[in-house]
Amino acid sequence: MKKQAFENFIYGVFLLLGLITVGCVLLITVYLIISGIPAIREIGLFKFLFGKTWASTAKTPQFGILPFILTSIYGTAGAIALGVPIGFLTAVYLAKAAPPKVKAVVAAAVSVLAGIPSVVYGLVGMLVLVPGIRSIFHVPDGASLLAAIVVLAVMILPSIVNVSITALEAVPQEYEDASLALGATPTETYFRVSVPAARSGIAAAVVLGVGRAIGEAMAVMMVSGNVANMPSLFQSVRFLTTAVASEMSYSSGLQRQALFSIALVLYLFILLINAALNFFLKRSKEA
Amino acid sequence: MKKFGKGISVALVAVMALGLMSCGALAANLKGTVATDGSTSMESVIGALGEAFMEAEPDVTFTYNPTGSGSGIQAVSEGRCDIGLSSRALKDEEIESGLVETTLALDGIAIIVHPDNPVTDLDVETIAKIYTGEITDWADVGGEAGEIVLIGREAGSGTRDGFESITGTEDACKYRQELTSTGDVITTVSQNPNAIGYASLAAVGDTVKALAVDGVEPTEETVMDGSYVVQRPFVLVTREDEELSDVAQAFFDFALSEDSAEIITLAGAVPVNVPADEEAAE
Repeated sequence: MKKQAFENFIYGVFLLLGLITVGCVLLITVYLIISGIPAIREIGLFKFLFGKTWASTAKTPQFGILPFILTSIYGTAGAIALGVPIGFLTAVYLAKAAPPKVKAVVAAAVSVLAGIPSVVYGLVGMLVLVPGIRSIFHVPDGASLLAAIVVLAVMILPSIVNVSITALEAVPQEYEDASLALGATPTETYFRVSVPAARSGIAAAVVLGVGRAIGEAMAVMMVSGNVANMPSLFQSVRFLTTAVASEMSYSSGLQRQALFSIALVLYLFILLINAALNFFLKRSKEA
Repeated sequence: MKKFGKGISVALVAVMALGLMSCGALAANLKGTVATDGSTSMESVIGALGEAFMEAEPDVTFTYNPTGSGSGIQAVSEGRCDIGLSSRALKDEEIESGLVETTLALDGIAIIVHPDNPVTDLDVETIAKIYTGEITDWADVGGEAGEIVLIGREAGSGTRDGFESITGTEDACKYRQELTSTGDVITTVSQNPNAIGYASLAAVGDTVKALAVDGVEPTEETVMDGSYVVQRPFVLVTREDEELSDVAQAFFDFALSEDSAEIITLAGAVPVNVPADEEAAE
Protein backbone atom coordinates (compact mmCIF):
# COMPACT_ATOMS: atom_id res chain seq x y z
CA MET A 1 0.00 0.00 0.00
CA LYS A 2 2.76 2.36 1.03
CA LYS A 3 4.65 1.43 -2.11
CA GLN A 4 1.64 2.28 -4.21
CA ALA A 5 1.31 5.70 -2.63
CA PHE A 6 4.97 6.37 -3.28
CA GLU A 7 4.56 5.33 -6.91
CA ASN A 8 1.62 7.68 -7.27
CA PHE A 9 3.59 10.48 -5.71
CA ILE A 10 6.51 10.01 -8.09
CA TYR A 11 4.09 9.75 -10.97
CA GLY A 12 2.63 13.09 -9.93
CA VAL A 13 6.09 14.67 -9.78
CA PHE A 14 6.89 13.47 -13.28
CA LEU A 15 3.60 14.79 -14.57
CA LEU A 16 4.27 18.16 -12.98
CA LEU A 17 7.75 18.38 -14.49
CA GLY A 18 6.35 17.42 -17.87
CA LEU A 19 3.71 20.11 -17.58
CA ILE A 20 6.39 22.76 -16.95
CA THR A 21 7.59 22.35 -20.53
CA VAL A 22 4.08 22.43 -21.93
CA GLY A 23 3.33 25.44 -19.77
CA CYS A 24 6.38 27.30 -21.10
CA VAL A 25 5.37 26.64 -24.69
CA LEU A 26 1.82 27.79 -24.01
CA LEU A 27 2.99 30.87 -22.15
CA ILE A 28 5.35 31.91 -24.94
CA THR A 29 2.77 31.24 -27.64
CA VAL A 30 0.04 33.20 -25.91
CA TYR A 31 2.39 36.04 -25.03
CA LEU A 32 3.73 36.32 -28.57
CA ILE A 33 0.26 36.31 -30.08
CA ILE A 34 -1.06 38.89 -27.64
CA SER A 35 1.91 41.21 -28.08
CA GLY A 36 2.39 40.54 -31.78
CA ILE A 37 -1.13 41.16 -33.04
CA PRO A 38 -1.63 44.89 -32.17
CA ALA A 39 1.15 46.18 -34.43
CA ILE A 40 0.02 43.99 -37.33
CA ARG A 41 -3.48 45.40 -36.85
CA GLU A 42 -2.23 48.94 -36.83
CA ILE A 43 0.13 48.55 -39.78
CA GLY A 44 -2.03 46.16 -41.78
CA LEU A 45 -1.12 42.53 -42.39
CA PHE A 46 -0.38 42.99 -46.08
CA LYS A 47 1.70 46.12 -45.58
CA PHE A 48 3.58 44.46 -42.74
CA LEU A 49 4.41 41.19 -44.50
CA PHE A 50 4.99 42.54 -48.00
CA GLY A 51 6.23 46.07 -47.39
CA LYS A 52 9.73 46.49 -48.75
CA THR A 53 10.84 49.32 -46.48
CA TRP A 54 11.72 49.14 -42.81
CA ALA A 55 12.35 52.54 -41.26
CA SER A 56 11.18 52.15 -37.69
CA THR A 57 12.44 55.44 -36.28
CA ALA A 58 11.91 57.72 -39.27
CA LYS A 59 9.52 60.66 -38.99
CA THR A 60 6.98 58.72 -41.01
CA PRO A 61 7.89 55.21 -39.89
CA GLN A 62 7.49 52.29 -42.25
CA PHE A 63 7.25 48.73 -41.08
CA GLY A 64 7.63 46.37 -44.03
CA ILE A 65 9.35 43.11 -43.16
CA LEU A 66 9.58 41.49 -46.60
CA PRO A 67 13.36 42.13 -46.69
CA PHE A 68 13.74 40.23 -43.38
CA ILE A 69 11.54 37.33 -44.47
CA LEU A 70 13.34 36.93 -47.80
CA THR A 71 16.74 37.28 -46.17
CA SER A 72 15.90 34.58 -43.65
CA ILE A 73 14.65 32.28 -46.41
CA TYR A 74 17.60 32.93 -48.74
CA GLY A 75 20.12 32.73 -45.94
CA THR A 76 18.73 29.44 -44.69
CA ALA A 77 18.49 28.02 -48.21
CA GLY A 78 22.09 29.04 -48.89
CA ALA A 79 23.29 27.46 -45.66
CA ILE A 80 21.43 24.26 -46.54
CA ALA A 81 22.85 24.25 -50.07
CA LEU A 82 26.37 24.53 -48.65
CA GLY A 83 26.01 22.57 -45.44
CA VAL A 84 23.87 19.61 -46.46
CA PRO A 85 26.16 18.09 -49.14
CA ILE A 86 29.17 18.43 -46.84
CA GLY A 87 27.35 17.16 -43.77
CA PHE A 88 25.56 14.37 -45.58
CA LEU A 89 28.68 13.00 -47.28
CA THR A 90 30.59 13.27 -44.00
CA ALA A 91 27.86 11.21 -42.38
CA VAL A 92 27.95 8.56 -45.12
CA TYR A 93 31.71 8.33 -44.79
CA LEU A 94 31.65 8.13 -41.01
CA ALA A 95 28.78 5.67 -40.80
CA LYS A 96 29.91 3.31 -43.53
CA ALA A 97 33.41 3.74 -44.83
CA ALA A 98 35.67 5.34 -42.24
CA PRO A 99 38.21 3.26 -40.33
CA PRO A 100 37.35 3.30 -36.59
CA LYS A 101 40.27 5.56 -35.63
CA VAL A 102 39.41 8.18 -38.25
CA LYS A 103 35.78 7.96 -37.26
CA ALA A 104 36.63 8.60 -33.60
CA VAL A 105 38.65 11.72 -34.47
CA VAL A 106 36.09 13.17 -36.89
CA ALA A 107 33.17 12.41 -34.59
CA ALA A 108 34.97 14.17 -31.74
CA ALA A 109 35.58 17.18 -33.98
CA VAL A 110 31.91 17.27 -34.94
CA SER A 111 30.78 17.28 -31.33
CA VAL A 112 33.21 20.06 -30.48
CA LEU A 113 31.80 22.03 -33.42
CA ALA A 114 28.31 21.48 -32.00
CA GLY A 115 29.37 22.84 -28.63
CA ILE A 116 30.97 26.09 -29.81
CA PRO A 117 28.80 29.03 -28.69
CA SER A 118 27.28 31.01 -31.53
CA VAL A 119 28.94 34.22 -30.41
CA VAL A 120 32.31 32.57 -31.08
CA TYR A 121 31.21 31.71 -34.62
CA GLY A 122 30.18 35.33 -34.98
CA LEU A 123 33.47 36.64 -33.65
CA VAL A 124 35.59 34.47 -35.93
CA GLY A 125 33.29 35.36 -38.80
CA MET A 126 33.63 39.05 -38.05
CA LEU A 127 37.41 39.03 -37.74
CA VAL A 128 38.35 36.45 -40.41
CA LEU A 129 35.48 35.75 -42.79
CA VAL A 130 34.23 39.30 -43.34
CA PRO A 131 37.66 40.78 -44.21
CA GLY A 132 38.32 37.60 -46.23
CA ILE A 133 35.22 38.04 -48.37
CA ARG A 134 36.14 41.68 -48.86
CA SER A 135 39.55 40.88 -50.33
CA ILE A 136 38.61 37.69 -52.23
CA PHE A 137 35.62 39.17 -54.03
CA HIS A 138 36.88 42.77 -54.18
CA VAL A 139 33.74 44.20 -52.66
CA PRO A 140 33.87 47.35 -50.52
CA ASP A 141 32.68 45.52 -47.41
CA GLY A 142 32.52 41.84 -46.54
CA ALA A 143 29.61 41.95 -44.10
CA SER A 144 26.97 40.39 -46.32
CA LEU A 145 24.44 37.65 -46.91
CA LEU A 146 27.29 35.45 -48.17
CA ALA A 147 29.18 35.77 -44.88
CA ALA A 148 26.04 34.84 -42.97
CA ILE A 149 25.43 31.83 -45.23
CA VAL A 150 28.96 30.52 -44.70
CA VAL A 151 28.72 30.91 -40.92
CA LEU A 152 25.29 29.26 -40.82
CA ALA A 153 26.48 26.40 -43.04
CA VAL A 154 29.26 25.61 -40.58
CA MET A 155 26.90 25.95 -37.63
CA ILE A 156 24.35 23.46 -38.98
CA LEU A 157 26.98 20.85 -39.92
CA PRO A 158 26.98 19.05 -36.54
CA SER A 159 23.22 18.53 -36.43
CA ILE A 160 23.15 17.28 -40.03
CA VAL A 161 26.11 14.94 -39.51
CA ASN A 162 24.89 13.53 -36.20
CA VAL A 163 21.28 12.91 -37.20
CA SER A 164 22.28 11.47 -40.59
CA ILE A 165 24.77 9.09 -38.95
CA THR A 166 22.07 7.83 -36.60
CA ALA A 167 19.73 7.27 -39.55
CA LEU A 168 22.38 5.50 -41.63
CA GLU A 169 23.49 3.28 -38.78
CA ALA A 170 19.89 2.22 -38.21
CA VAL A 171 19.73 0.67 -41.69
CA PRO A 172 19.58 -3.13 -41.13
CA GLN A 173 22.86 -4.89 -41.90
CA GLU A 174 20.95 -7.48 -43.97
CA TYR A 175 20.05 -4.93 -46.65
CA GLU A 176 23.69 -4.10 -47.22
CA ASP A 177 24.82 -7.70 -47.03
CA ALA A 178 22.23 -8.65 -49.64
CA SER A 179 23.34 -5.86 -51.94
CA LEU A 180 27.00 -6.81 -51.61
CA ALA A 181 26.15 -10.48 -52.16
CA LEU A 182 24.40 -9.54 -55.41
CA GLY A 183 27.69 -8.12 -56.63
CA ALA A 184 27.26 -4.38 -55.95
CA THR A 185 30.41 -2.51 -54.93
CA PRO A 186 30.47 -0.95 -51.44
CA THR A 187 29.97 2.54 -52.92
CA GLU A 188 26.98 1.37 -54.91
CA THR A 189 25.61 -0.23 -51.78
CA TYR A 190 25.95 2.96 -49.70
CA PHE A 191 24.22 5.19 -52.21
CA ARG A 192 21.68 2.78 -53.70
CA VAL A 193 20.71 0.85 -50.58
CA SER A 194 21.77 2.49 -47.30
CA VAL A 195 20.96 6.09 -48.18
CA PRO A 196 17.49 5.40 -49.66
CA ALA A 197 16.68 3.25 -46.63
CA ALA A 198 17.70 6.13 -44.34
CA ARG A 199 16.13 8.92 -46.38
CA SER A 200 13.48 9.94 -43.86
CA GLY A 201 16.11 10.27 -41.16
CA ILE A 202 18.31 12.30 -43.49
CA ALA A 203 15.36 14.52 -44.37
CA ALA A 204 14.85 15.04 -40.64
CA ALA A 205 18.52 16.06 -40.39
CA VAL A 206 18.03 18.65 -43.10
CA VAL A 207 14.91 20.07 -41.47
CA LEU A 208 16.74 20.25 -38.15
CA GLY A 209 19.47 22.20 -39.93
CA VAL A 210 16.85 24.56 -41.37
CA GLY A 211 15.46 25.12 -37.90
CA ARG A 212 18.85 25.89 -36.44
CA ALA A 213 19.76 28.22 -39.32
CA ILE A 214 16.55 30.24 -39.32
CA GLY A 215 16.61 30.72 -35.56
CA GLU A 216 20.23 31.82 -35.23
CA ALA A 217 20.66 35.45 -34.26
CA MET A 218 23.95 36.21 -32.55
CA ALA A 219 26.44 34.88 -35.09
CA VAL A 220 24.44 36.25 -37.99
CA MET A 221 24.14 39.69 -36.43
CA MET A 222 27.92 39.94 -36.21
CA VAL A 223 28.63 39.17 -39.87
CA SER A 224 25.64 40.32 -41.92
CA GLY A 225 25.81 44.11 -41.52
CA ASN A 226 22.18 44.48 -40.34
CA VAL A 227 20.85 46.95 -42.88
CA ALA A 228 17.27 46.34 -43.97
CA ASN A 229 18.09 45.83 -47.66
CA MET A 230 16.35 43.42 -49.96
CA PRO A 231 18.62 40.36 -49.95
CA SER A 232 21.48 40.06 -52.40
CA LEU A 233 24.64 38.03 -51.95
CA PHE A 234 27.15 40.82 -51.33
CA GLN A 235 24.77 43.28 -49.69
CA SER A 236 24.39 43.99 -46.03
CA VAL A 237 21.19 42.27 -44.91
CA ARG A 238 19.00 41.82 -41.86
CA PHE A 239 17.39 38.52 -40.82
CA LEU A 240 14.10 38.10 -38.91
CA THR A 241 16.05 37.19 -35.80
CA THR A 242 18.50 40.08 -36.01
CA ALA A 243 15.72 42.54 -36.78
CA VAL A 244 14.27 41.76 -33.36
CA ALA A 245 17.57 41.53 -31.53
CA SER A 246 19.22 44.66 -32.90
CA GLU A 247 16.42 47.13 -32.19
CA MET A 248 14.86 45.68 -29.06
CA SER A 249 17.02 47.45 -26.51
CA TYR A 250 16.11 51.00 -27.53
CA SER A 251 12.68 50.47 -29.01
CA SER A 252 9.44 52.02 -27.85
CA GLY A 253 5.80 52.30 -28.86
CA LEU A 254 4.74 50.92 -32.21
CA GLN A 255 8.36 50.05 -33.05
CA ARG A 256 8.54 47.70 -30.07
CA GLN A 257 5.16 46.18 -30.89
CA ALA A 258 6.28 45.62 -34.46
CA LEU A 259 9.36 43.78 -33.17
CA PHE A 260 7.02 41.42 -31.31
CA SER A 261 5.12 40.93 -34.56
CA ILE A 262 8.37 39.98 -36.30
CA ALA A 263 9.01 37.50 -33.50
CA LEU A 264 5.52 36.10 -34.09
CA VAL A 265 6.25 35.62 -37.80
CA LEU A 266 9.52 33.91 -36.93
CA TYR A 267 7.69 31.72 -34.44
CA LEU A 268 5.22 30.64 -37.12
CA PHE A 269 8.14 29.72 -39.38
CA ILE A 270 9.63 27.60 -36.60
CA LEU A 271 6.27 25.89 -35.96
CA LEU A 272 6.07 24.96 -39.66
CA ILE A 273 9.60 23.60 -39.60
CA ASN A 274 8.83 21.63 -36.46
CA ALA A 275 5.74 20.12 -38.03
CA ALA A 276 7.85 19.08 -41.03
CA LEU A 277 10.47 17.61 -38.69
CA ASN A 278 7.88 15.56 -36.82
CA PHE A 279 6.47 14.33 -40.11
CA PHE A 280 9.85 13.07 -41.32
CA LEU A 281 10.80 11.57 -37.96
CA LYS A 282 7.54 9.67 -37.82
CA ARG A 283 8.04 8.36 -41.34
CA SER A 284 11.59 7.37 -40.51
CA LYS A 285 10.36 5.36 -37.53
CA GLU A 286 7.73 3.64 -39.60
CA ALA A 287 10.16 2.81 -42.39
CA MET B 1 41.45 58.60 -23.63
CA LYS B 2 41.16 54.97 -22.72
CA LYS B 3 38.65 53.34 -20.48
CA PHE B 4 39.95 52.47 -17.07
CA GLY B 5 39.71 48.91 -15.84
CA LYS B 6 36.35 48.32 -14.25
CA GLY B 7 37.89 47.32 -10.98
CA ILE B 8 39.93 50.50 -10.77
CA SER B 9 36.98 52.71 -11.57
CA VAL B 10 34.75 50.97 -9.04
CA ALA B 11 37.45 51.29 -6.43
CA LEU B 12 37.94 54.96 -7.24
CA VAL B 13 34.23 55.62 -7.08
CA ALA B 14 34.11 53.90 -3.72
CA VAL B 15 37.08 55.88 -2.43
CA MET B 16 35.56 59.12 -3.63
CA ALA B 17 32.26 58.26 -2.07
CA LEU B 18 34.02 57.59 1.21
CA GLY B 19 35.83 60.88 0.85
CA LEU B 20 32.56 62.64 0.31
CA MET B 21 31.08 61.10 3.40
CA SER B 22 33.98 62.13 5.57
CA CYS B 23 33.93 65.62 4.13
CA GLY B 24 30.31 65.82 5.05
CA ALA B 25 29.51 67.10 1.58
CA LEU B 26 26.24 65.25 1.80
CA ALA B 27 23.80 65.36 4.63
CA ALA B 28 23.84 61.70 5.60
CA ASN B 29 20.85 59.55 6.56
CA LEU B 30 18.51 60.55 3.80
CA LYS B 31 15.77 58.03 3.11
CA GLY B 32 13.73 57.38 0.01
CA THR B 33 13.97 56.71 -3.68
CA VAL B 34 15.43 58.67 -6.57
CA ALA B 35 13.87 57.59 -9.85
CA THR B 36 15.58 58.51 -13.10
CA ASP B 37 14.37 57.63 -16.57
CA GLY B 38 15.71 58.27 -20.05
CA SER B 39 18.74 58.22 -22.31
CA THR B 40 20.52 54.91 -22.77
CA SER B 41 23.68 56.75 -23.78
CA MET B 42 23.93 58.12 -20.27
CA GLU B 43 23.90 54.67 -18.74
CA SER B 44 27.54 54.55 -17.67
CA VAL B 45 27.55 58.12 -16.34
CA ILE B 46 24.29 57.94 -14.43
CA GLY B 47 25.06 54.41 -13.25
CA ALA B 48 28.37 55.50 -11.72
CA LEU B 49 26.78 58.56 -10.11
CA GLY B 50 23.93 56.47 -8.74
CA GLU B 51 26.30 53.93 -7.25
CA ALA B 52 28.42 56.58 -5.63
CA PHE B 53 25.32 58.30 -4.26
CA MET B 54 23.94 55.09 -2.77
CA GLU B 55 27.34 54.37 -1.28
CA ALA B 56 27.19 57.71 0.51
CA GLU B 57 23.52 57.40 1.44
CA PRO B 58 22.92 53.73 2.25
CA ASP B 59 19.21 54.24 2.93
CA VAL B 60 18.51 55.73 -0.47
CA THR B 61 17.40 53.61 -3.41
CA PHE B 62 18.48 54.89 -6.78
CA THR B 63 16.72 53.63 -9.90
CA TYR B 64 17.52 54.19 -13.55
CA ASN B 65 15.15 53.18 -16.30
CA PRO B 66 16.95 53.13 -19.69
CA THR B 67 14.16 54.03 -22.09
CA GLY B 68 15.71 56.63 -24.38
CA SER B 69 15.81 60.42 -24.23
CA GLY B 70 12.34 60.97 -25.66
CA SER B 71 10.68 58.58 -23.23
CA GLY B 72 12.62 60.03 -20.30
CA ILE B 73 11.47 63.57 -21.08
CA GLN B 74 7.91 62.28 -21.43
CA ALA B 75 8.21 60.44 -18.12
CA VAL B 76 9.39 63.48 -16.15
CA SER B 77 6.75 65.75 -17.67
CA GLU B 78 4.08 63.25 -16.60
CA GLY B 79 5.62 62.97 -13.13
CA ARG B 80 6.50 59.30 -13.50
CA CYS B 81 10.08 59.88 -12.40
CA ASP B 82 12.04 62.46 -10.38
CA ILE B 83 14.67 63.32 -12.95
CA GLY B 84 14.52 62.77 -16.69
CA LEU B 85 17.73 62.00 -18.56
CA SER B 86 18.25 63.31 -22.05
CA SER B 87 21.27 63.06 -24.33
CA ARG B 88 20.07 66.00 -26.39
CA ALA B 89 19.16 69.57 -25.49
CA LEU B 90 15.46 70.13 -24.86
CA LYS B 91 13.38 71.39 -27.77
CA ASP B 92 11.69 74.78 -27.47
CA GLU B 93 8.24 73.30 -27.06
CA GLU B 94 9.51 71.04 -24.29
CA ILE B 95 10.89 74.03 -22.40
CA GLU B 96 7.61 75.89 -22.96
CA SER B 97 5.72 72.96 -21.49
CA GLY B 98 7.43 73.66 -18.16
CA LEU B 99 10.56 71.55 -18.19
CA VAL B 100 14.00 72.72 -17.11
CA GLU B 101 17.26 71.38 -18.44
CA THR B 102 20.51 71.26 -16.50
CA THR B 103 23.57 70.13 -18.42
CA LEU B 104 25.44 67.48 -16.48
CA ALA B 105 28.18 66.63 -18.93
CA LEU B 106 29.16 66.68 -22.59
CA ASP B 107 29.86 63.73 -24.81
CA GLY B 108 31.89 63.97 -28.00
CA ILE B 109 31.05 61.72 -30.93
CA ALA B 110 34.27 60.85 -32.73
CA ILE B 111 34.26 60.29 -36.49
CA ILE B 112 36.55 57.31 -36.92
CA VAL B 113 38.39 55.76 -39.86
CA HIS B 114 40.98 53.02 -40.35
CA PRO B 115 44.46 54.05 -39.09
CA ASP B 116 45.91 53.62 -42.61
CA ASN B 117 43.45 56.09 -44.09
CA PRO B 118 45.37 59.25 -45.13
CA VAL B 119 42.35 61.50 -44.51
CA THR B 120 42.68 63.37 -41.21
CA ASP B 121 40.14 66.18 -41.38
CA LEU B 122 36.62 66.58 -42.73
CA ASP B 123 34.06 69.33 -42.30
CA VAL B 124 30.53 68.65 -41.12
CA GLU B 125 29.08 69.27 -44.56
CA THR B 126 31.38 66.71 -46.17
CA ILE B 127 30.58 64.18 -43.47
CA ALA B 128 26.88 64.71 -44.17
CA LYS B 129 27.47 64.27 -47.91
CA ILE B 130 29.41 61.09 -47.29
CA TYR B 131 26.69 59.65 -45.07
CA THR B 132 23.85 60.55 -47.43
CA GLY B 133 25.67 58.90 -50.34
CA GLU B 134 26.47 62.07 -52.25
CA ILE B 135 30.21 61.40 -51.95
CA THR B 136 31.02 57.71 -52.33
CA ASP B 137 34.75 57.59 -52.98
CA TRP B 138 37.63 58.44 -50.66
CA ALA B 139 39.45 60.02 -53.61
CA ASP B 140 36.87 62.85 -53.56
CA VAL B 141 37.86 63.87 -50.04
CA GLY B 142 41.63 63.51 -50.38
CA GLY B 143 42.07 59.84 -49.65
CA GLU B 144 43.11 56.89 -51.78
CA ALA B 145 40.53 55.71 -54.31
CA GLY B 146 38.07 53.26 -52.82
CA GLU B 147 34.37 53.09 -52.12
CA ILE B 148 33.52 54.58 -48.73
CA VAL B 149 31.93 52.02 -46.42
CA LEU B 150 29.48 53.66 -44.03
CA ILE B 151 29.27 52.11 -40.59
CA GLY B 152 26.56 53.28 -38.22
CA ARG B 153 24.42 52.32 -35.26
CA GLU B 154 20.99 50.75 -35.14
CA ALA B 155 17.77 52.75 -35.20
CA GLY B 156 16.99 54.13 -31.77
CA SER B 157 20.60 54.42 -30.63
CA GLY B 158 21.39 57.68 -28.86
CA THR B 159 24.73 57.96 -30.63
CA ARG B 160 23.04 57.59 -34.03
CA ASP B 161 20.41 60.10 -33.04
CA GLY B 162 23.12 62.53 -31.91
CA PHE B 163 25.26 62.08 -34.99
CA GLU B 164 22.39 62.37 -37.45
CA SER B 165 20.88 65.44 -35.84
CA ILE B 166 24.23 67.28 -35.67
CA THR B 167 25.06 66.51 -39.30
CA GLY B 168 21.46 67.02 -40.44
CA THR B 169 21.22 63.57 -41.97
CA GLU B 170 18.16 62.21 -40.12
CA ASP B 171 16.62 59.24 -41.92
CA ALA B 172 18.89 59.89 -44.92
CA CYS B 173 22.01 57.89 -44.08
CA LYS B 174 22.89 55.13 -46.52
CA TYR B 175 24.48 52.77 -44.05
CA ARG B 176 26.41 49.75 -45.21
CA GLN B 177 26.33 48.26 -41.74
CA GLU B 178 24.15 49.02 -38.73
CA LEU B 179 25.83 47.63 -35.64
CA THR B 180 24.42 47.36 -32.17
CA SER B 181 27.29 48.57 -30.03
CA THR B 182 30.06 51.13 -29.92
CA GLY B 183 32.60 48.30 -29.67
CA ASP B 184 31.30 46.62 -32.83
CA VAL B 185 31.56 49.88 -34.76
CA ILE B 186 35.16 50.41 -33.67
CA THR B 187 36.16 46.80 -34.45
CA THR B 188 34.54 46.90 -37.87
CA VAL B 189 36.15 50.20 -38.80
CA SER B 190 39.52 48.90 -37.63
CA GLN B 191 39.10 45.92 -40.00
CA ASN B 192 38.25 47.82 -43.17
CA PRO B 193 40.58 50.46 -44.67
CA ASN B 194 37.65 52.06 -46.50
CA ALA B 195 35.29 52.30 -43.56
CA ILE B 196 34.08 55.38 -41.69
CA GLY B 197 32.05 55.24 -38.50
CA TYR B 198 31.07 57.20 -35.43
CA ALA B 199 31.44 56.31 -31.78
CA SER B 200 31.45 57.90 -28.36
CA LEU B 201 34.78 59.68 -27.97
CA ALA B 202 35.47 58.01 -24.64
CA ALA B 203 35.49 54.55 -26.22
CA VAL B 204 37.87 55.29 -29.08
CA GLY B 205 41.32 53.73 -28.66
CA ASP B 206 44.38 53.13 -30.83
CA THR B 207 42.80 50.70 -33.27
CA VAL B 208 41.10 53.46 -35.24
CA LYS B 209 41.84 57.07 -36.10
CA ALA B 210 39.52 59.84 -34.93
CA LEU B 211 39.19 62.57 -37.54
CA ALA B 212 39.35 66.25 -36.87
CA VAL B 213 36.10 67.99 -37.76
CA ASP B 214 36.34 71.49 -39.27
CA GLY B 215 40.03 71.33 -38.34
CA VAL B 216 39.38 70.65 -34.65
CA GLU B 217 40.74 67.47 -33.07
CA PRO B 218 38.27 65.69 -30.79
CA THR B 219 39.63 65.94 -27.26
CA GLU B 220 38.16 66.56 -23.86
CA GLU B 221 39.16 70.23 -24.10
CA THR B 222 37.69 70.86 -27.54
CA VAL B 223 34.46 69.16 -26.52
CA MET B 224 34.41 71.27 -23.35
CA ASP B 225 34.93 74.61 -25.10
CA GLY B 226 32.50 73.71 -27.86
CA SER B 227 34.95 74.03 -30.76
CA TYR B 228 34.54 70.33 -31.59
CA VAL B 229 31.00 70.44 -32.93
CA VAL B 230 30.01 66.76 -33.11
CA GLN B 231 29.01 66.60 -29.47
CA ARG B 232 25.87 66.39 -27.44
CA PRO B 233 24.94 67.34 -23.91
CA PHE B 234 23.90 64.93 -21.20
CA VAL B 235 21.00 66.75 -19.61
CA LEU B 236 19.08 66.36 -16.34
CA VAL B 237 15.46 67.29 -16.94
CA THR B 238 13.21 68.50 -14.13
CA ARG B 239 9.81 70.18 -13.84
CA GLU B 240 9.75 73.92 -13.40
CA ASP B 241 6.60 74.12 -11.29
CA GLU B 242 7.39 71.33 -8.89
CA GLU B 243 10.20 71.02 -6.40
CA LEU B 244 12.23 67.85 -6.19
CA SER B 245 11.88 65.64 -3.15
CA ASP B 246 14.69 66.05 -0.60
CA VAL B 247 16.37 62.88 -1.76
CA ALA B 248 16.09 63.71 -5.44
CA GLN B 249 17.38 67.21 -4.77
CA ALA B 250 20.33 65.75 -2.86
CA PHE B 251 21.16 63.52 -5.83
CA PHE B 252 20.72 66.41 -8.24
CA ASP B 253 23.16 68.55 -6.25
CA PHE B 254 25.52 65.63 -5.86
CA ALA B 255 25.57 64.91 -9.61
CA LEU B 256 26.32 68.53 -10.42
CA SER B 257 28.86 69.01 -7.65
CA GLU B 258 32.51 69.42 -8.49
CA ASP B 259 33.25 66.24 -6.59
CA SER B 260 31.30 64.24 -9.14
CA ALA B 261 33.43 65.49 -11.99
CA GLU B 262 35.91 62.66 -11.66
CA ILE B 263 33.17 60.04 -11.56
CA ILE B 264 31.77 61.47 -14.79
CA THR B 265 35.21 61.54 -16.39
CA LEU B 266 35.81 57.93 -15.41
CA ALA B 267 32.48 57.00 -16.93
CA GLY B 268 33.68 58.47 -20.22
CA ALA B 269 32.02 61.87 -20.52
CA VAL B 270 33.27 65.43 -20.11
CA PRO B 271 31.92 66.96 -16.89
CA VAL B 272 30.69 70.54 -17.04
CA ASN B 273 31.50 71.43 -13.43
CA VAL B 274 35.22 70.88 -13.06
CA PRO B 275 36.79 71.69 -9.68
CA ALA B 276 38.54 75.04 -9.88
CA ASP B 277 41.96 73.83 -8.75
CA GLU B 278 41.94 70.97 -11.25
CA GLU B 279 41.10 73.37 -14.03
CA ALA B 280 44.00 75.56 -13.02
CA ALA B 281 46.31 72.56 -12.96
CA GLU B 282 45.43 71.76 -16.54
